[in-house]
Amino acid sequence: MMGDPHKNAVFSLNCPSTAHANNDRVLLAHGEGGRMMRKFIRDTIIQRLAGDRLAGERLLSMDDAARLPKIEGPIAMTTDSFVVSPLFFPGGDIGSLCVFGTVNDLAVSGARPLYLSLSLILEEGLSISVLDRVLSSIVVAAKQTDVQIVAGDTKVVPRGAADGLFINTTGIGQLIEPIMLGPSRLREGDELIVTGPIGRHGIAVLCAREELALEPSPTSDCGSLATAAAALHEKLGASLRAMRDATRGGVAAVLHEWADACRLTLAVDESDVPVSSDVRGACELLGLDPLHIANEGTMLIAVEQGACDEAIAVLRALPETRQAARIGSVVSKQASPVTITRMFGRQQPLDEPQGAPLPRIC
Amino acid sequence: MKYLDEYRDSTAARILLDSIRRRVSRPWKVMEVCGGQTHGLLRYGIEEELQGTVELIHGPGCPVCVTPLESIDFAQQLSMMHTVSGHDVVLTSFGDMLRVPGSRGSMLEAKARGAQVRTVYSPLDAVDLAKKNPKQKIVFFAVGFETTAPATALAVKQAANDGVDNFSLLVAHVRVQPAMEALLESPHNRVQAFLAAGHVCAVMGCASYESLVQKYQVPIVVTGFEPLDLLEGILMCVEQLEKGEARVEIAYARSVRSEGNLSAQRIVDEVYEVCDRPWRGFGVVAKGGLQLRGEWHKFDAQRRYMSCHTLPVIEPRECRSADVLAGRIKPLECEAFGRECTPDAPLGAPMVSSEGACAAYFRYRTPEAGR
Repeated sequence: MMGDPHKNAVFSLNCPSTAHANNDRVLLAHGEGGRMMRKFIRDTIIQRLAGDRLAGERLLSMDDAARLPKIEGPIAMTTDSFVVSPLFFPGGDIGSLCVFGTVNDLAVSGARPLYLSLSLILEEGLSISVLDRVLSSIVVAAKQTDVQIVAGDTKVVPRGAADGLFINTTGIGQLIEPIMLGPSRLREGDELIVTGPIGRHGIAVLCAREELALEPSPTSDCGSLATAAAALHEKLGASLRAMRDATRGGVAAVLHEWADACRLTLAVDESDVPVSSDVRGACELLGLDPLHIANEGTMLIAVEQGACDEAIAVLRALPETRQAARIGSVVSKQASPVTITRMFGRQQPLDEPQGAPLPRIC
Repeated sequence: MKYLDEYRDSTAARILLDSIRRRVSRPWKVMEVCGGQTHGLLRYGIEEELQGTVELIHGPGCPVCVTPLESIDFAQQLSMMHTVSGHDVVLTSFGDMLRVPGSRGSMLEAKARGAQVRTVYSPLDAVDLAKKNPKQKIVFFAVGFETTAPATALAVKQAANDGVDNFSLLVAHVRVQPAMEALLESPHNRVQAFLAAGHVCAVMGCASYESLVQKYQVPIVVTGFEPLDLLEGILMCVEQLEKGEARVEIAYARSVRSEGNLSAQRIVDEVYEVCDRPWRGFGVVAKGGLQLRGEWHKFDAQRRYMSCHTLPVIEPRECRSADVLAGRIKPLECEAFGRECTPDAPLGAPMVSSEGACAAYFRYRTPEAGR
């Protein structure tokens, strides 16, 4: 019995749940240096994150910087801050979001995600159990995407100066050869694909925040695109032109950015765009266009003419992108940078989303 | 969503379109009253397909657009009241209202300067907000036609019933039929038939249109918002016009009964009374609005915050939204359209609202060279 370390650990007095049994809220003192802060970070945060032994050791040393081994070839780096409200929504939470969001930014840039930093800004009074739940989702998402959390920071701000919990993650990845050319190199005839039904994240968060009881209740697509991106890269090589996760502003925003970058027109057909019936119902009800609504695990892809079938086959073989569909193509420059065909075969402009109808979705 | 798909079937739409083209012996001018219909007509390209057969005159049915600047300015002042007085007012409204320009910028801009503004999805949410925040004073900006009036009336009754004294309404409700009559009375009128707003008739019924039809000999067809609804409504107008008839017809039978929704009418009638109201683009429309009845005056934000003063209204000179709203010009005829006035920097409400004609043209019509 005595020799079983795991069994011992369960009853250990250092177990995070007992450490805060009498004090289950974040206090300003938890961020003000000194013993309380050190204990809080070590026992509450790092303990949770230390599931991965290597990363755990790095974090437990609590040095000022993580010392990382050499990475071969060029690297990609990205950063993103997460302020979603509410913190938990159907299909995900701010924890899974802050991992998948940054991992996806690396993946769609043609990189293999390796390391993440994790900065927490906690509002005084935040329940420790909420923090615990968020950290658990971070661990699960990091494991799923095979990234290590190697550096972090924790700050506590007075009540009212933040909304519960804000998170920043920075990611580093290794760029995969051949390096993708990006949207400025789109050509006439290139084909456009979305990797799944669109608009799920924005609608799920909106319904959760406003307590709109829709049946069935829409679920966020919050998830990793790393496997899909790597598979496309491997199978399509240079015929993969560009990838972009369609977050804020939705697919329409990406289409506009790409049209701007390549100075051609991107034409889509509304009837080809996959939209789940719950999202469509909510959009009809709220007067929104699913093409303008954020996604957190769905991307837009451009491939060379003729490579579309192969790309779709690659995507449909993966569970997270099995509903991938071709939605349009790149055509010669027209009066509108992005067009949509709705009825009577008439190409009409597809408007860029304006301002945020749904603030704080990520 | 099978239900919706049936009303967006492009084969059926083409058949209706061909019937309209075959039936028309000369160009007719039909007004779609509601801005939601304008957006449907533009979004699905119907307006362009009909060119040369039926000219669509876009009606004033955008409640946000016809709300006079005085009301928008007053709402903004209310939302800033907490900065200059002891009144901790929070203004709540539907999302569209936030972007509508007042005399001195939009509510969103006011929000950045400290205005307390919240978007809600239902007036009852505003009552809930008042219950949850007893120290704050929640004002709901009640904009809309007879369609939204039952919900705001219900909110007032709910607040009275639950003793929620920190809730009030800034009422800017408008009534459609008096505005249609004002258009017909105008010496510049070009409208030969109306597509009446289906959702308004679902509440109010359409029996009251009989008098308009008799007096002005103008066909009125109650019409929905989906492409097939709109095409069917237009075809029914054309049939009447070609035969020289004028009747009230319903092309939206799945939602509208002749007598309307009696329980909704009762609750509106209990809380509101008809009043004269200024409409942007029309001036004062006789019987064109609703106001709270005497026994509900304590929920009237206008009375409750009499001390809140607004500065004189400034109408942007370049903006011709008044002419657009009265169907005198099309959005593209406005010099400012797409130049000084875009959805990102709107001069007038029709460029902002999801029911505004200018916004519909900006969103759905291929831009012309130079715009």
